Amino acid sequence: MPRLNVNGTVRDIEVEPDTPLLWVIREQIGLTGTKYGCGIAQCGACTVHIDGAAVRSCALPVSAVAEEQKIVTIEGLSPDGSHPVQKAWLALDVPQCGFCQPGMIMAASALLAQNPKPTEEQIRSEITNICRCGTYNRVLAGVKLAAEGGEAGRG
Amino acid sequence: MTEQQSASALSRRDFIARSAAVAGGLGLGFHVPFDAAAQSAAASTPEVNAWVVIRPDETVVIRIARSEMGQGTLTGLAQPVAEELECDWSKVTTEYPTPGQSLARNRVWGNFSTGGSRGVRESQEYMRQGGAAARTMLVQAAANAWGVPASECRVEKGVISHPASGRSTSYGKVAEAASKIEPPKEVQLKDPKDWTIAGKSVPRLDTAEKLTGKQVYGMDLRLPGMLNAAIKDCPVFGGKVASYDAKAVEGMPGVKAVVRVGESAVAVVADTWWRAKTALDALPVTWDEGPNAKVSSETIMAMLKEGLEAKEAFVGNRNGDAAAAIAGAAKRVEAVYGYPFQNHATMEVMNATAVWTSDRCEVWTPTQNGEAALAAASEAAGLPALRCDVHKIHLGGGFGRRGAVHDWVRQVVAIAKEMPGTPIKLIWSREEDMVHGKYHPITQCKLVGGLDDRGNLVGVHMRISGQSILAGLLPQNLQNGRDPVTFQGLNPGGAEAAIGYTIPNVLIDHAMRNPHVPPGFWRGVNTNPNAIYLESFMDELAHAAGQDPLEFRRKLMANHPKHLGVLNAVAERAGWGKPMPAGHGRGIAQIMGFGSYTAAVAEVSVDDAGRLKIHRIVAATDPGHAVNPQQIEAQVEGSFVYGLSAALYGECTVADGRIVEQNFDSYPVMRLDEMPKVETIVMPSGGFWGGVGEPTIAVAAPAVLNAIFAATGKRVRQIPVKNADLRRA
Ligand code: FES
Ligand code: FES
Repeated sequence: MPRLNVNGTVRDIEVEPDTPLLWVIREQIGLTGTKYGCGIAQCGACTVHIDGAAVRSCALPVSAVAEEQKIVTIEGLSPDGSHPVQKAWLALDVPQCGFCQPGMIMAASALLAQNPKPTEEQIRSEITNICRCGTYNRVLAGVKLAAEGGEAGRG
Repeated sequence: MTEQQSASALSRRDFIARSAAVAGGLGLGFHVPFDAAAQSAAASTPEVNAWVVIRPDETVVIRIARSEMGQGTLTGLAQPVAEELECDWSKVTTEYPTPGQSLARNRVWGNFSTGGSRGVRESQEYMRQGGAAARTMLVQAAANAWGVPASECRVEKGVISHPASGRSTSYGKVAEAASKIEPPKEVQLKDPKDWTIAGKSVPRLDTAEKLTGKQVYGMDLRLPGMLNAAIKDCPVFGGKVASYDAKAVEGMPGVKAVVRVGESAVAVVADTWWRAKTALDALPVTWDEGPNAKVSSETIMAMLKEGLEAKEAFVGNRNGDAAAAIAGAAKRVEAVYGYPFQNHATMEVMNATAVWTSDRCEVWTPTQNGEAALAAASEAAGLPALRCDVHKIHLGGGFGRRGAVHDWVRQVVAIAKEMPGTPIKLIWSREEDMVHGKYHPITQCKLVGGLDDRGNLVGVHMRISGQSILAGLLPQNLQNGRDPVTFQGLNPGGAEAAIGYTIPNVLIDHAMRNPHVPPGFWRGVNTNPNAIYLESFMDELAHAAGQDPLEFRRKLMANHPKHLGVLNAVAERAGWGKPMPAGHGRGIAQIMGFGSYTAAVAEVSVDDAGRLKIHRIVAATDPGHAVNPQQIEAQVEGSFVYGLSAALYGECTVADGRIVEQNFDSYPVMRLDEMPKVETIVMPSGGFWGGVGEPTIAVAAPAVLNAIFAATGKRVRQIPVKNADLRRA
């Protein structure tokens, strides 16, 4: 039986091997913070971290993930919403409908893990998630704020 | 009987508890709003009135009937109530009453519809009155307890005091007594200039949950014993299911049932959605494609072109004799513009969950209009509305798709009806969502204008040919066949969407031509094409007259001070007229829609390869009153993304009667790399309540189109811009 390490817990998974990781996370493991938006790796709503890198889980068959690989979802990013990206997002009131935001936050946090001080150009080219509500400018400001380590300003 | 089949026999409270337990075990811990969130609050604490519940721990629950879809409605509507209530804003939380409860209480919460940017502007007054009435009752309760006149009491941030005796108490302590007091017949509302909560930039009430994955969307709902459904509707609108071979998929993992849904769709029900979808994709289906199987974008275009020249048309705005004025003009300018079908493409696809039994039907769904969803559910369920209810879930985007029609609600109820007692969650695939939208209406527009020998505009004829939203969605609202919504932003007057120019001779008319592709209200509605048509053409006229586009407009706007106000504001902030580098250009546009006045200046550049870059947008909006300026800024920014996506990329084409574009690979939208800087000027002039979620979307496209012309000398007249060659001639 395949096993997955999600948010630090190793679980047995009973599912067809070609099932996308996204649906295993949502339906077998029951973590619904990771969203379905397109199913073809276009929108980024399903972004999770695998060994620290941002991955679009809708286009990745669960059989391609090994037990040793560490999967982190939005629920596991921080215990209480205290990741610098989450704090910056709160300070700037980034979300509108919020549906794309777990993916945005996972993409942004992976970017900062790899490149703690990205330039604006790098942020623009690296974060390719779709937001239909149009929060892009606040996302940009949020990444910058998180990179500065600041989260003041809300309220 | 399985656990699923007996689900409806559970008491509601059990249902909540069990759902929470199931979810909680998985670390989700969300509250399933079964049988109204109201019950959970009111069960322990009686309401002060329909709008306000105050719990003993001082939590202030404000009930909101309109829907939160990202536009900040929960916060924006709670602010005016809290303002009149004089409560402590930090204690405020919100909840949705259900349309079923509202029905049972004589529609105490008024209209549930959230569209037309009406959320705040329509309901603010009666909600403020609700807040003021609750305050009066709370103060009276304290005064009664102390045996003093209420007029001697003061209240601040939920603390009531009687200065003469030095006593004080709090809302939480007197709420129960207040609930028994007769509501006041009349209340005095505060003067907006005394506001401390409304009109201020407060942080949204619903942000924190959206950062951790806790926020539950319709797609995330889990009920005990729930099964999942995937659906395919005939790809050709108007077609039907001819046959399908259920046997071919019945043995696939997790599959529970293959269900025909109405005439035109088939669904697979399985234990998980992915298994349902996998089986549905494997299901052999033959369609009877019906009378529209040969329709294409080309045949539709021919139909619209014919309408441009047709004799008969509905008149939207007529003054003087446009034909004669143009015939006698020194110079004639003519252009044809066009706007395509576009899908809303909400980030969250259509979905709903339903439980049906022979005596009750409950639906959970993201909807912009709980009452319309309830009507759809009741009809599909074959049960009276009082035996049904709809529980609204936060929307992953609405933009008009989740308001007028609830096709997905009818579907889920039809499926649930086949499996009585079992909760069924229906989720559309993105592909299903793309090909079964309610599309932005398609139109073409021919404009003819006449200039005298000094370059003054003497007449304009604007002929719109194409689709009517009302004819497709709400034919009962047509006025003798005429669709007034077609003329948004072009009306001769009125408080909603009046044209901002005085043109000596004008005729604006509509040759209604309705293709088979179903239209819908799409954020901005007809202000989108109308602003492109009118404002691009104004630019063309200005250039033909050899005049600056801003000055040319100003001369026609003397009688339209509010339109002119926002136009002047953006021109000034953008530095209109200042020189720009080669290959760069500035464009300007304005329109009135949804009761608000908006204008924008765009700055763009086009390189030698024809690549467009939008550098900066300056936008101004005058919504009369501004409830939460920082939310308005977010809405304006967001509406530019939506509007620019539409202008640059948005296009659904038709081949063999069906929509061709199936996902974001063929229906591109704007992303962060293209996002320009947006500077927002919020300039409420007072005295009226305009909308905020939609009006500014319309000025994005014409401002950019006019800027492209300024940069390249090329006039893009057909949306989307991606199909145009922008290399300088
Ligand atoms: S759902 Fe995975 S990228 Fe869109
Ligand atoms: S916040 Fe709604 S899609 Fe991004």
